[in-house]
Amino acid sequence: MFAYIIRRLLYAIPILIGVNLLTFTLFFVVNSPDDMARSQLGEKYVTPAAIANWKQKNGYDKPLFLNDGSSGLGALTDTIFFAKSLKLFAFDFGRSESGRDITTDVSTRMWPSLAVALPSFAVGICVNICVALMVVMFRATALDRWAVFVFVSLMSISYLFYIIGGQYLVAKQWMLVPISGFDPDFQPWKFLILPVLVSVVSGIGSGARWYRTLFLEEAGQDYVRTARAKGASEISILFRHILPNALIPILTGIVVLIPSLFMGSLLIESFFGIPGLGSYMLDAIRSQDFAIVRSMVFIGSILYILGLILTDISYTWADPRVRLS
Amino acid sequence: MGDFGLKPVLLWSDALIFMLFIALTLFFYRLRNDPQTRERWGEVFSSRLGMITCTVIMVYVGMALLDSLHFRKALPSPDGVDTTEVFYDNKVTSVLDVMLDGMGDRFERTYSAPFALKSFEKSNMTDAQGNVVRDFEYLEHAGRHLASPDHKWSDLLWRTAIALAWGLAGASLLVGVQWFLLRGSAYPWYASWAVQTAVICFMVWLVYISHYYHVLGTDQGGTDVAFQSLKGIRTGVLLGTLSTLVMLPIAVTLGVMAGYFKGWVDDVVQYLYTTLSSIPGILLIAASVLLFQVYIDLNPDYFSVGLEKADARFIALCFILGLTSWSSLCRLIRAETLKISQLGYVQAAHAFGVSHSRILGRHILPNVVHIILITFVLDFSSLVLAEAVLSYIGVGIDPSMGSWGNMINGAREELSREPAVWWTLTGAFFFMFILVLAANLFSDLVRDAFDPRSSTGRSGA
Repeated sequence: MFAYIIRRLLYAIPILIGVNLLTFTLFFVVNSPDDMARSQLGEKYVTPAAIANWKQKNGYDKPLFLNDGSSGLGALTDTIFFAKSLKLFAFDFGRSESGRDITTDVSTRMWPSLAVALPSFAVGICVNICVALMVVMFRATALDRWAVFVFVSLMSISYLFYIIGGQYLVAKQWMLVPISGFDPDFQPWKFLILPVLVSVVSGIGSGARWYRTLFLEEAGQDYVRTARAKGASEISILFRHILPNALIPILTGIVVLIPSLFMGSLLIESFFGIPGLGSYMLDAIRSQDFAIVRSMVFIGSILYILGLILTDISYTWADPRVRLS
Repeated sequence: MGDFGLKPVLLWSDALIFMLFIALTLFFYRLRNDPQTRERWGEVFSSRLGMITCTVIMVYVGMALLDSLHFRKALPSPDGVDTTEVFYDNKVTSVLDVMLDGMGDRFERTYSAPFALKSFEKSNMTDAQGNVVRDFEYLEHAGRHLASPDHKWSDLLWRTAIALAWGLAGASLLVGVQWFLLRGSAYPWYASWAVQTAVICFMVWLVYISHYYHVLGTDQGGTDVAFQSLKGIRTGVLLGTLSTLVMLPIAVTLGVMAGYFKGWVDDVVQYLYTTLSSIPGILLIAASVLLFQVYIDLNPDYFSVGLEKADARFIALCFILGLTSWSSLCRLIRAETLKISQLGYVQAAHAFGVSHSRILGRHILPNVVHIILITFVLDFSSLVLAEAVLSYIGVGIDPSMGSWGNMINGAREELSREPAVWWTLTGAFFFMFILVLAANLFSDLVRDAFDPRSSTGRSGA
């Protein structure tokens, strides 16, 4: 098990290098280091000397991928790509184009993101499981068919409508909570209710439908038939037999998402003005801040790979027959 | 001379969508002879829901195709000038625009509510005495035929009755022909006919009433919202199909090769899709779109009319969405190929010395077609939804090209006005929801029919 995890972590390195290579290439096809210097220094007072100075100061005065000037391994290492990527692996994200320390930004913005993402995730799963259980209780009836139809309808509504509709109804018409914003010191829960509510409601359609499928799969198993033959009531079959067994696929299915909770939600955060990592990313995309985009891509990839490893571990934990090798 | 001349304009996306349409028709025509496939499609269409959703999707696709036949009208030659040269309008028109009978040409000054007679905002006007007053101005293209504003609702009711009568007449003609041709069919065609009747009545009503009122109001620039929503159909349908079309060859080739050859090919393919899927998708898409935007800005000479520029960006978006989303399908096909290549008949083919390409073409590919089909239908709806999100982030469709995403984009500010401007959002919601819902329901049915193992439980436990 331990050896397996080590090997998986080692596998992650070439993947992360590939991720870096891809983002790097994409960005520098659009922007040359000269363009970056020009946009950072402002349009008006840009002399070639100033550009050269900026590039040297920020470490962009080297070739992108291959340094013909150096010999041997230096041809690969003495480049912008190598210099900028290596630091990422040491979790040194450097400074953004506007001069802020990215590591500090990320560590402060992580908490508002988590404050929204964690309750949304936990409440969402509970609500989805409850709704799915209720539907499964009425399986193979008209109610069940209509419930599936409603789930599919909920899935067919764009996420943006949930956010805009939620803000309009709850915040503007009923004036129950503030429309947007976040204040960690003054009643932060007031600002969190609506984003959490919106993400939970928007997830019911696909979530409950998926859980319903899992429950129905379990309901068709032999042990359920045996339990019914022995005279167990439908309620006790549902809660004592189906639910615990269905929790295994549910658990292994959601573990992959847990690390990504740190990244927050792009749309929710930007609509509700929550200063988390999601809105950080969106701002970076809009202002074309490569340093931030690159760091966030890197963090996102690490969290995704972490999620995959956790999934594998959770399989062995949930099902002792599974051996990792 | 030349007054009625037309100059066809073939945008790249038009060409692609018609090619796709022809290819799909041929594909299904060939499948017709395969009894197993026939049986499965029969299962899909023997349910009312299958008929209804398929008809709805067909209506949307038909609209998109009509909206993809572009041309430029010839301008009338100036009086007294006798030239043989014909000048063409710089504006590109589509067949759908013509069928909607000038719905998109009836501009107002700014916002107006559905069926409103007056503008949404006050503006300066001079009254009979020459004084400047601020009041709600009467709209230019709504209710001008009314003797008094009080007659509005009775007029509307009367015109609705006329439109419905025409619509029913047209629909009964169409349905009658189909009924005559399909009398003995075992499939529930009546469901499809009901939808067709509803759509025809709605469209006739919409086009007719739009001559007198703005059914869904107007937006900030004064464009009819119903017209904009209809124009969004082409964008949504094309994005959903073209992106999948870009994705399919990559995913199928890599997936089949990885599953069949195993070894280092498998390693490389797995590395590629793990790397790609570990990047947060939206960042990758955003970066790629920004890249293309810079390319367009640097080379403005390549595009002669504005629509071509928007079209180039649109196609680029389709390609980017396709290139960034092949990993999940590739993974599915790889797994299925791994399983199939262990089966007896593939082993037997090996033993007989059949070449790799022949095994792949004859034995493996036909057995993964159902995965491709299911993915095609499933991805369609998620791509339509993704468009709205991308447009919000600012990396979606060009604002000059009608799309639901762009309509929703402005809705946040509109809703915060007092009173709220709700109709743009409603228009986009209505047209988008119906398409996505139909596609989702249809994809469920297709999945149940073609992949019995992954039952969505529709048939009960």
